[in-house]
Amino acid sequence: MALKLPIYMDHAATTPTDARVVEAMLPYFTERFGNPGSRNHSFGWDAENAVDAAREQVATLIGANEKEIVFTSGSTESNNLAIKGAAEMYEKAPAGRTGRGHIITAQHEHKAVLDPCKRLAKDGFDVTFLEPPRDGVIRSEQVKAAMREDTILVSIMWANNEIGTINEVPEIGALCHERGIIFHTDATQWVGKMPTNVERDNIDLLSLSGHKIYGPKGVGALFVRRRKPRVRLVAAIDGGGQERGMRSGTLNVPGIVGLGKACEIAMREMERDGERLLRLRRKLEQSITSQLDTCQVNGHAERRLPQIANISFGFVEGESLMMACKEIAVSSGSACTSASLEPSYVLKSLGIGDDLAHSSLRFSLGRWTTEEQVDYAIQKVVGAVKKLRELSPLYDMHREGIDLSKIEWAGH
Amino acid sequence: MAYGPKIIDHYENPRNVGTFGTQSEIKQRKDLGVGLVGAPECGDVMQLQIKVNPKTNLIEDAKFKCFGCGSAIASSSLATEWLKGKTLDEGAAIRNTQIVEELSLPPVKIHCSVLAEDAIKAAINDYKQKNGMPVEEEHHAELH
Repeated sequence: MALKLPIYMDHAATTPTDARVVEAMLPYFTERFGNPGSRNHSFGWDAENAVDAAREQVATLIGANEKEIVFTSGSTESNNLAIKGAAEMYEKAPAGRTGRGHIITAQHEHKAVLDPCKRLAKDGFDVTFLEPPRDGVIRSEQVKAAMREDTILVSIMWANNEIGTINEVPEIGALCHERGIIFHTDATQWVGKMPTNVERDNIDLLSLSGHKIYGPKGVGALFVRRRKPRVRLVAAIDGGGQERGMRSGTLNVPGIVGLGKACEIAMREMERDGERLLRLRRKLEQSITSQLDTCQVNGHAERRLPQIANISFGFVEGESLMMACKEIAVSSGSACTSASLEPSYVLKSLGIGDDLAHSSLRFSLGRWTTEEQVDYAIQKVVGAVKKLRELSPLYDMHREGIDLSKIEWAGH
Repeated sequence: MAYGPKIIDHYENPRNVGTFGTQSEIKQRKDLGVGLVGAPECGDVMQLQIKVNPKTNLIEDAKFKCFGCGSAIASSSLATEWLKGKTLDEGAAIRNTQIVEELSLPPVKIHCSVLAEDAIKAAINDYKQKNGMPVEEEHHAELH
C-alpha cells in the first residue's frame, strides 16, 4: 500500500480522536442532550449518569476516587485552577501583601504552568524556577534543596512535552507530603501513556487533557486529593457551583463522555502501545544518529516517554529543515512557539546552545504510527539534513577544522 | 511559514551553490572576493563569493552557501544570479528592497534581504581590498 502523505508525527501537540471515542460521544449531542444539573427529570438524570460513568473511567486510569475528579476545559485550565487555587487557599498573607508564600516549579515547564506562577510572583508570592540539569530530569534532591519554611506549593510536570523526559515525581510527592506542602503535577503527556496511581505516587493535584490521549479537544480534568491531605482550592470560575464549587459552568457532557472513553481505552491499550512505540522511537533515533554526524538526542537517554524523540542537528537551521521535510508533520520546539522565530526555551534551559536549539525537531509518535512511516521519516530527515549541509557554510568550516566559536561574527 | 512560489523555487533548486575552494585557498586568490555575514546564534549565516575579471571588472561567476531559513537561502541564491555578468559598481548598487520585491518576502523575513545586500557589499569590498582598489564607505543596509 502506498504511504499516505503527509505523515503525522506530532502527537504531543494533539492526537486524532479515536473512532470508538467519537461513537461514544455522538448520542450526547442529540437525543441524550440533557443538562446534568437538571435534577427533576430523566433528561438530566441520564446526562448525570453519563458524567458519573466518565468520572469513574478517569479516576480508574489514575488510581483515584471518582469524587476527586473535577472536569475542566483541558490541562491549561486544570493547571491554572490547581496553581492559583492552591496558592490562594494556602497563602501566608492576604492579597495586597508580599511574603504570601513560596512556590517551586521548573524553567522547562509548559507555559500553562510558568505563566500562572509568574502571575502569582507579581501578586506577592515568591517563586523558584528550578534550572534543570543537562539531561532535563528534575530530581527530588534539587526540589528538597529549594524548599523553605514558607513553601506552600510545588508544581513539577510528570513528563516534559518537548523532550519527553520523566521527572522524579513519586519521590518529589513523598518529600512534599513529609513537609505538608501541596504537590501538583502537570501530567498532560504522561497520563494514558504510562501507569499512574495518585496514591502510590504521592500526588495531591494532577492535570490531564483529553486531546493528548485520543479524546476530544476542549475537555480535561484536575485530580484534587480528598484524603491525607484533603486539598482545598479557591475556584477560578464562579457560578452555579458545579464540580463541588471548584468549577462552575454547565458540564460539557459529550466531551466528558469522550474523555472517559479515551481513558478506558488507554487503560487497556497503553502497555501494548507503549512497547510498540518505544521500539519505533528507538529505531528512529538510532537510524538518524548513526547516519549523520553532529546530531544529538536531547534529554536523558533512558528516563523518557516511549513516544517522544527530540533531536538537534548541528549546522542546519530549524525552519529550513522543517521546509525540507514538509511531508512529515513534526514540531520545531513546541507547537505553541512554532509561529515565532525564537529557539525553544526548553532546550535553552538545558544549556543547549542557540545553534543546536535553533535546529531541533520533535517527533512524537502515536497509536496509529506505523513502522513504514517511521522508515520514511528517517530517510526524509537524513536526506534533508544532508542537503542543507551541502548548502551550509558552517558545515564546510567545521570540516575544515575551523572553530566556529572563534570567529568574529558580524551579527545583526 | 507560507511562502510564495519564487522563494520555494530558489529554496528547492538553489542556484550557484558552492565555493571556489577552501577558506585558506580563497584568501590567496586575488580574483576572488568573499563576503561572510550573519551569525550562527541569530540563525543566519551567508557566504557569498565572486570571481572577477580584473581587466573588465566584470563579475564572471558567483557562488553562495547559506545557513538559514528558506528566505535566507532564496535571497542569497537570487543574489548570485543577479551578480553574474554585472560590473563591480552595478553589483554594489543592488538593494535589499529589490530582493524583497522579486521574492515577495514576508515582513518578518526582510532581514534576510538585508543580509544578502550586506554579503554582496562585503564580497565586493573584499575583492577591492585584495587588489588595492579604493573601498567605498561601508554602506549598511537598514531595516525598513
